[in-house]
Amino acid sequence: MELQTLTYLVVGASFALYIGIAIWSRAGSTKDFYVAGGGVHPIANGMATAADWMSAASFISMAGMIAFMGYGGSVFLMGWTGGFVILAMFLAPYLRKYGKFTVPEFIGDRFYSRTARAVAVVCLIICSVTYVIGQMKGIGVAFSRFLEVDYGTGLLVGMCIVFFYAVLGGMKGITYTQIAQYCVLIMAYTIPAIFISLNLTGNPFPQLGLGSTLTGTDTYLLDKLDQMVMELGFNEYTTEYRLSGLNMFAYTASLMIGTAGLPHVIIRFFTVPKVRDARSSAGWALLFIAILYTTAPAVAGMARLNLMQTIEPTPGEYLVYDERPDWFRNWETTGLLAFEDKNQDGRIQYSANPTVNEMVTVDNDIMVLANPEIAQLPNWVIALVAAGGLAAALSTAAGLLLAIASAISHDLLKGMIAPGISERAELRASRVAMAAAIAGAGYLGFNPPGFAAGTVALAFGLAASSIFPALMLGIFSKRTTKEGAIAGMVAGIGVTLFYVFQHKGIMFVASTAFLGDMPANWFLGIEPNAFGAVGAIVNFAVAMLVSRVTSAPPESVQELVEHIRVPVGASAAHDH
Amino acid sequence: MSRLTEAQALAYWRRNLALMFKLLVVWFVVSFGCGILLVDELNQIQIGGYKLGFWFAQQGSIYVFVLLIFYYTRKMAKLDREFNVEED
Repeated sequence: MELQTLTYLVVGASFALYIGIAIWSRAGSTKDFYVAGGGVHPIANGMATAADWMSAASFISMAGMIAFMGYGGSVFLMGWTGGFVILAMFLAPYLRKYGKFTVPEFIGDRFYSRTARAVAVVCLIICSVTYVIGQMKGIGVAFSRFLEVDYGTGLLVGMCIVFFYAVLGGMKGITYTQIAQYCVLIMAYTIPAIFISLNLTGNPFPQLGLGSTLTGTDTYLLDKLDQMVMELGFNEYTTEYRLSGLNMFAYTASLMIGTAGLPHVIIRFFTVPKVRDARSSAGWALLFIAILYTTAPAVAGMARLNLMQTIEPTPGEYLVYDERPDWFRNWETTGLLAFEDKNQDGRIQYSANPTVNEMVTVDNDIMVLANPEIAQLPNWVIALVAAGGLAAALSTAAGLLLAIASAISHDLLKGMIAPGISERAELRASRVAMAAAIAGAGYLGFNPPGFAAGTVALAFGLAASSIFPALMLGIFSKRTTKEGAIAGMVAGIGVTLFYVFQHKGIMFVASTAFLGDMPANWFLGIEPNAFGAVGAIVNFAVAMLVSRVTSAPPESVQELVEHIRVPVGASAAHDH
Repeated sequence: MSRLTEAQALAYWRRNLALMFKLLVVWFVVSFGCGILLVDELNQIQIGGYKLGFWFAQQGSIYVFVLLIFYYTRKMAKLDREFNVEED
C-alpha cells in the first residue's frame, strides 16, 4: 500500500482509539477531573507517567542529539531518568499521603500562606507554558511532515483531539489515553531499532547491539563509529565531552532536579490509591521510560553510522549526488537536510571542517524520523513512527495542559477568588480553564515566539530552581518558614531567568542579551540550559537563611509535616 | 490503624533517611561518578564493544536507577510493616 495512505490509516486508527477512550472515561466529579478518582493502579499509572513524561523531544529529538554529540549527549539520558529516583524517594510518597489535588495547594498549606500558593502557581504556569509550546510545535511539525498537510492545519487537528479527551475526561481521560499512547509510542520506537540492530550486528536487542561487532566482521560497532567520525575530523564519538565535565555535571543535575520538580509529572502520583503505590509507581514509570531511553543511544550510534556509510560507502569514495537514495531526496524537500556542492565534483563530501563540508544542514530530528527509511524498513513501520511521534507530543501536551488548568481552576479560582464555589461549578470551571489553556497553547503554537526552540530544556531549569526546592524543604525541614519558602522560590527562579536572559536575550530576543551568548562569558563555563542546578542551590540557600531569621512555623504546620512522613492514614484524595 | 508515639515516629523517619542516604550514594556514584567524573579512567576498561565509562553514562546508570526505586519500594514496605504503619 502507498506510504501516504498507510500513514493516514495508522494515525487515524490511533486517534480513533484515543477518542473512544475519552468517551468511555468521562469525568463526573472534580476528583475524577484532577486525580482520575484516585484509584489508578500503580502499573497503569507508571505507564501513563511514562507517556506523560516522554515528549516529542524524547521521541524525535533525543537520539538525534546524541547521534551528533556522542558521549556528551549522555546528559539527556542520565538527566531525564535519574530524576525519578529523587521523585520516588523525596516527593511522591509524601505528596500522595498529603492527598490533595495540586502542587501549589501543598505549598500553600505547608507554608501557611496564600502568597506562597500564588507564587507557586506563577512558577508552575511559567514552566508548564514554556514546555507546552514545544509540544504544540512538535504536533504541527509531525503532521506537516507525515501527512503533508500544512503546519497550521496539523496543529488544529492535534488541538481538537486533545480538546476532546482532556476537556471531557480531565485527568481520568488523560490517564487512559496516555496508557494507549505509551503502547503506540514504544512500539514505534523499538520496532525500527530492533530491525536496524539486526541488520548491523545480528543482535535483536539494540542495547546489546550497540556493544557488539558488526555482522561478518570482528570490528566493534562503536570502534568503527569512532574511527569513521575521526577520519572526517570530528571528535571521537564515545569520549566527546559536552563543553566540560563541570558543565555536563551541572546539566545532568538540572535535568534530574527539574524532572522531579515538574508539576505535570508530580500530579500523576496523586492518582494512585496508596503511599506504597506512589513509590512503586515511580519505579514502573522509570522502567517503561528506560525501555526507550536505553534504546535511544543505540538508535543514535547506529543512525550516525548508517548516515556516514551511505555518504561514504567505501573510504575516500563519496556518494555521487545524483545517485543519492530516495530518503535523501525526501528530506531535502523539507529543508532539514541540505547539500551544497562546494567543490563542484558532484559528490557529497561530509567533514567536520565547515569550509569543505557539503552536508550543510543535517537536522537532529531527522535521525529518528528517517531511520526506518535509511534502513529500508517496510512502509508500515514508517507509518507507525508517525503515529508514535504524535502520541508522544499529544500525551505530554495533555498532561501539561491539565497541570495548568487545575492550577487556574483549583488554586486561583477555588483557592483564592471564590472559595465557596460548588463542586459542579468548579468542575465546569476546570473544563473552561482546560479549553482556555488549549486555546492559549494553540495560539502560541501558531505564532511561536522567537524563543520556542530552546524552551523545553529551559522549563527544566525553571522547575528545578523554583518548585523542587520548595517541595523538598516543605517535607524534610520543619523549620522552613513561609518567608523562607517564598524568598527561595523568587530568588531561585529569578536568578535562573536572569542568567538565561543575560545570555540569550530578554524573553529570548537575542539583541537584548547584554552579556552575549558565548562560552567566555558563562559562569564557570556553564551553559544557560544547565543553570537550573545553580538556581536550585540559590533557592535552598536563601530559603534556609531566611527561615533562620523568621519565626518558626505554627504548631499545626509542624504536625502536618509529621503526618505526611508516615504512610498510615493516607486516605483517598480529599473531596473538597 | 495505630498511632506512633513521638519516639517511634522519629525512629521510623531516621530509618527512612538512612536508607535514602545509602541509595542516594549509589545513585550519585553510577551517574555523576562513573558517568561523568571518572569517565576517562573507566573508559580504559572495555567490555565487549563498550568503553565502561561510556556504558555507565548511556546504559548502566539507567538500569541502576530502575533497580534503586524498586529496592527502595521493597525496603520501605518492610519498614512500614515493622512499624505497623502500612496501609491496608
